[in-house]
Amino acid sequence: MELFTNQVLAGIATGAIYACMALAVVMIYQAIDHLNFAQGEMAMFSTFVSWQLMQWGVPYWGAFVLTLAFSFAGGIVIERLLFKPLAKAPILTNVAGFIALFAIINSVAGLIWDFTIKQYPTPFGSSPFLGSQLISTHQAGMIGVTVLLLILLYFFFQFTRVGLAMRAAASLPESARLVGINTSWMIALGWGMAAAIGSIAGMLIAPVVFLEPNMMGGVLIYGFAAAVLGGLTSPLGAVIGGFLVGVFENLAGTYIPGVGNELKLPIALALIITVLVVKPAGLFGRPIVKRV
Amino acid sequence: MTAMLNVKDLRAYYGQVQALHGLEFALNEGSLTTLLGANGAGKTTTLRAICNMVRSTGAIEFDGAPLTGRSTENIVRLGIAHVPQGRGTFTTMTVEENLQLGAITRSDKAGVISDIERMYDHFPVLKERHTQQAGTLSGGEQQMLAVARALMLRPRLMLLDEPSFGLAPLIVRDLFKILGKINREDKVTILVVEQNAQLALELADKAYVIETGRIVMSGSAAEIANNEDVRKSYLGY
Amino acid sequence: MSAIQEVVTEAPAVEAVPKKAMTLGYGASLAMLALLIIVPLFVKNFIIFQLTMLLIYALAVLALNILTGGSGQFSLGQSAFYAVGAYTSAILMEHGNINYALTLPVAGIICFAFGFLFGQPALRLSGVYLALATFALATAMPQLLKLGVFEHWTGGVQGLVVTKPDAPFGLPMSQDMWLYYFTLAVTIAIYIFSVNLLKSRSGRAFMAIRDNEIAASAMGIDVALYKTLAFGVSAGITGVAGGLGAIAVQFVAPDGYTITLAISLFLGMVVGGVGWLPGSIVGSAFIIFVPNIAEGISKGLSGAVFGVLLFLVIFLVPHGARQVAIVAQQLIGKLKKN
Repeated sequence: MELFTNQVLAGIATGAIYACMALAVVMIYQAIDHLNFAQGEMAMFSTFVSWQLMQWGVPYWGAFVLTLAFSFAGGIVIERLLFKPLAKAPILTNVAGFIALFAIINSVAGLIWDFTIKQYPTPFGSSPFLGSQLISTHQAGMIGVTVLLLILLYFFFQFTRVGLAMRAAASLPESARLVGINTSWMIALGWGMAAAIGSIAGMLIAPVVFLEPNMMGGVLIYGFAAAVLGGLTSPLGAVIGGFLVGVFENLAGTYIPGVGNELKLPIALALIITVLVVKPAGLFGRPIVKRV
Repeated sequence: MTAMLNVKDLRAYYGQVQALHGLEFALNEGSLTTLLGANGAGKTTTLRAICNMVRSTGAIEFDGAPLTGRSTENIVRLGIAHVPQGRGTFTTMTVEENLQLGAITRSDKAGVISDIERMYDHFPVLKERHTQQAGTLSGGEQQMLAVARALMLRPRLMLLDEPSFGLAPLIVRDLFKILGKINREDKVTILVVEQNAQLALELADKAYVIETGRIVMSGSAAEIANNEDVRKSYLGY
Repeated sequence: MSAIQEVVTEAPAVEAVPKKAMTLGYGASLAMLALLIIVPLFVKNFIIFQLTMLLIYALAVLALNILTGGSGQFSLGQSAFYAVGAYTSAILMEHGNINYALTLPVAGIICFAFGFLFGQPALRLSGVYLALATFALATAMPQLLKLGVFEHWTGGVQGLVVTKPDAPFGLPMSQDMWLYYFTLAVTIAIYIFSVNLLKSRSGRAFMAIRDNEIAASAMGIDVALYKTLAFGVSAGITGVAGGLGAIAVQFVAPDGYTITLAISLFLGMVVGGVGWLPGSIVGSAFIIFVPNIAEGISKGLSGAVFGVLLFLVIFLVPHGARQVAIVAQQLIGKLKKN
């Protein structure tokens, strides 16, 4: 029993990573109704930018804020240049665009910063949290930041005009235009916010998985899975989904025989798919009624 | 009196299919006009063309300024509110949020708040339900919400697409009474597209009849209502 | 969490290609066929090998076209079926001493069953959810192939070496050339089968499901049956492609069948034109040759160059090669009038 509890707690700790990534995923899904496969790479690139700033002497929090701004702007630029032209193209073509973006960012990052693993600092330190062997201060910090982000996003969407406009544009684009909302710019804004949130995720994750161009591959998939599990329309669901995915992953590794590191991912995914078969809209998603 | 809205030679297309074949009409400021026609005649397409929601050619002028080439949201910002078919309510948001959305382009916070109160005066049932999710409202209530939302824009011109659709006759009567009130007191020019010809003709001053993408008849509402062809085709007697 | 349901009238996620447009006209088809038959006679063995791979990947893309373009189901998992087909052929040839040609139908049938079975739980999933599920399948496959319990058959991490067949009846051609014409024959057979499948009642059922699943069901189409059937057929064809691939490359190993292959096949489908069967060969050419071109342009930035080239293609022709074909057809039509 104690092993079980320990693994659950450890899973929650690692799940904070996925929760943070899942928030970014839900953010973009709200804006554009699909998943952006390049989001992990964008987060990775932002993290490298922050690392570079620190190499040049900028202190951690300064680099953090600058990177946030850079990521926000970058997300908007990418959307306007590369995906606005594809707005009328079929969905699958857009997906091909995400894949192309992935390839470009990964390759450029590899060229600029090469593929050797780098250390990345954490502002929270890595000592045991409250004396517990299972959660480090950094992991506690991750959970804290994720929850803070969630609260900020909630306030943004519920209580600001822009937030209301974005919700409207995502919910019914045509009606949104009929009240004067520029839905095209809402999409750009969504990209910017998703990029910024992704950068935070990257900067939190890097101390744990170490900084290198391929660091986000697995994390992104878990992030997707967590977002889907939570219900793609619910930021709260995404965060809870993230923690659950962390727990699934840990329990699968501990209790299912023969599951080494390599099979953890497909097993976790399989568990999530099973939940979806039972609850297709995810745990917190709004059930969608489809009309002919 | 120059027309507020001037439509000339409007042709609209859904893909390769042409839905409007050179439509022409004008709306005077302060008027309440109805556009009648059978299903598929092009009524909805006309409204959508005014708001650039469908591919079209021709000249549409609002207050003398051309609307062609402007995006839907920019046309709305000029003061044209469009209550679409099916109402377009944001079902997952509350009644009050829907009203706030109607005013999202306005910067006068105080004005918006007082306008919301005015909407609650026009439509008391909305006040009762103002924290409820809009999707839980009945059809008639959602229609009132849609009209209220449009009014939050403080529009100069309001376009309504089949507001009576799916509503019980008594509710439609109430709704049309309110529309008349809005037209007279708030000085909002209104264009109502309707299949329910009888009520629409009682409400409006002017009427047009559209058939397969062309205006086939125009005149005062009374004239049109007394026209024998109209009575036979649209009024059933 | 609200009880409000979102009522959605969903536009089909996969664009419908009108049935008439699903294949090339006779003239173009014959020209293509002539090219495919004649060109290998004049080029070196390595080029012939590449042409063989072109056909093999074209088959795999074709299979994906049937699944996605035909029945509207997304799959990022085709590499799993390809791997099963490849290993089936390899194991039968190396452990069972079975003739290479006979391994292909076996690979096809086994993969059909595999796909059909996978299609069952996939029934309740669609769109992004199905993409995730198939993605899971694709990432699991290399790991499953490395599992110790199968090592005796699969050769574990190192895989298996496959013997390349000689031309039969002592025909005077190289192994590569024989394998090419053999593959060409199989490809043509499967292409004709696929075209007919899509034109048949089953094909219409697929497309009805793609365009509007609820309406299809209301019309009496057994949606479950046809969806799993589509998965099965698609997996089966991919399995045959995998088998051919094993023979052509002379080698199977777990890391040859990763998610990268699945993503490449997806890109091939998009570049060729989703649902347009003749485009499969264009898509295949793209995924075989463009990465090499990218590496030629810049070794360090090959991924970035590939991405840029891909963007160029999708900006110019968002609907893939089919768009080019339509434009070409219109031009020819205009020329004919003059």
